[in-house]
Amino acid sequence: MRVLRWLVGLVLIAAFGYFNFFVYDGPIYFKLINVILVSALFVLFRVIFGPSPADRIVAVDILGILIVGMLAIMGLHYDQGFLMDIGLIWALLSFIASLAFAKILEGRSLDD
Amino acid sequence: MSLAVKSKIVVFILAILVWLALTGLGLQEIITGVIIALLVSLTAGHFLITTHKQKHTLHRWLYAVFYFFKFLWEMVKANIHVAYIVAHPMLPIKPGIVKIKTKLTKDAAITVLTNSITLTPGTLTVDVNEDKKEIYVHWIDVKATGMEECTKEIGARFEPTLTEVFE
Amino acid sequence: MIRETIGLAVIIIGIAFDFFGVLGLVRLPDVYNRLQAATKCVTFGSAGILFGTFIIQGFSSFGFKALIGVVFIFLTSPVAAHAISRAAHRARIPLAKETVVDEYEKDKELKQSTA
Repeated sequence: MRVLRWLVGLVLIAAFGYFNFFVYDGPIYFKLINVILVSALFVLFRVIFGPSPADRIVAVDILGILIVGMLAIMGLHYDQGFLMDIGLIWALLSFIASLAFAKILEGRSLDD
Repeated sequence: MSLAVKSKIVVFILAILVWLALTGLGLQEIITGVIIALLVSLTAGHFLITTHKQKHTLHRWLYAVFYFFKFLWEMVKANIHVAYIVAHPMLPIKPGIVKIKTKLTKDAAITVLTNSITLTPGTLTVDVNEDKKEIYVHWIDVKATGMEECTKEIGARFEPTLTEVFE
Repeated sequence: MIRETIGLAVIIIGIAFDFFGVLGLVRLPDVYNRLQAATKCVTFGSAGILFGTFIIQGFSSFGFKALIGVVFIFLTSPVAAHAISRAAHRARIPLAKETVVDEYEKDKELKQSTA
């Protein structure tokens, strides 16, 4: 059963890679951004269906780091430095939000 | 000169250097940077340097560079290990939380050790018991359960180098 | 030109490890294992992307921001992972059924005293 699920996932990922890198005709940076967007879709799956609150907190933390990388590639394609500023602030806010969520999950108040 | 004043001056110089590297030279940038750096160094500047200068500075820096490259190599190994586990159809994991002992005493040294444990193959720091110098580690592929064997397996990769750098 | 090729290669390696980390987030059984895979791979992958950006851009304002981003991600990501795992264990979120040993559960008085 597990091997069957693994095979289905492998076929889906291979199909995505084929369409993204060989059929889709765009700039190379857009192809790379598509891979990050599909990864963000997987993270959103964990945010929505995560069995416990800790799973959702982990997923939101990881989403913040992924978006920093995506903003760096977007800045390279459009040749705009200010997108990296947005990325740095995003990483900072996502880190503080993760710490605050962890504290709430542990059952303490925020000024402890 | 007291320690806090020295620390504040170091923080001021570092802050203004980083600010100028981020924005570029210009009258407006320099004025804004000086004001912000003064505010930062006056309010939060006394946290950076808390101990007096120690001997053998060159020796420490050499060990720190050696530690950096060792850490980078361990991290590449960790990533390949995780990629292997995730891509394997049967998920070959055997997780558990074990306890290891450390001989480091300073807060900065223990922080660097725990961060390194988190980013290297198969291990994740869960908690630190400061009184007994014990670290609880989640291990994705448990090979031993006793404290001594786990210490030899996990902590011994970094501890000798960190002892040379910090103690 | 050669610099852009090297930078693009580093970015592609980073994106591959990002993808593996997220795959681990979906496939592994409980919070702690997911945290392991996700923290290691996504930290290394995003740091690789930012370092490739720095290689392509050189020592301009943009490249320096990317380099600061690398240092920042390496410093903050393990701390966030540590905080989340400790909070999850104290909130009694169960471990996966494959787990063989749990030394942290045995020292309950530590958890009670510092909670």
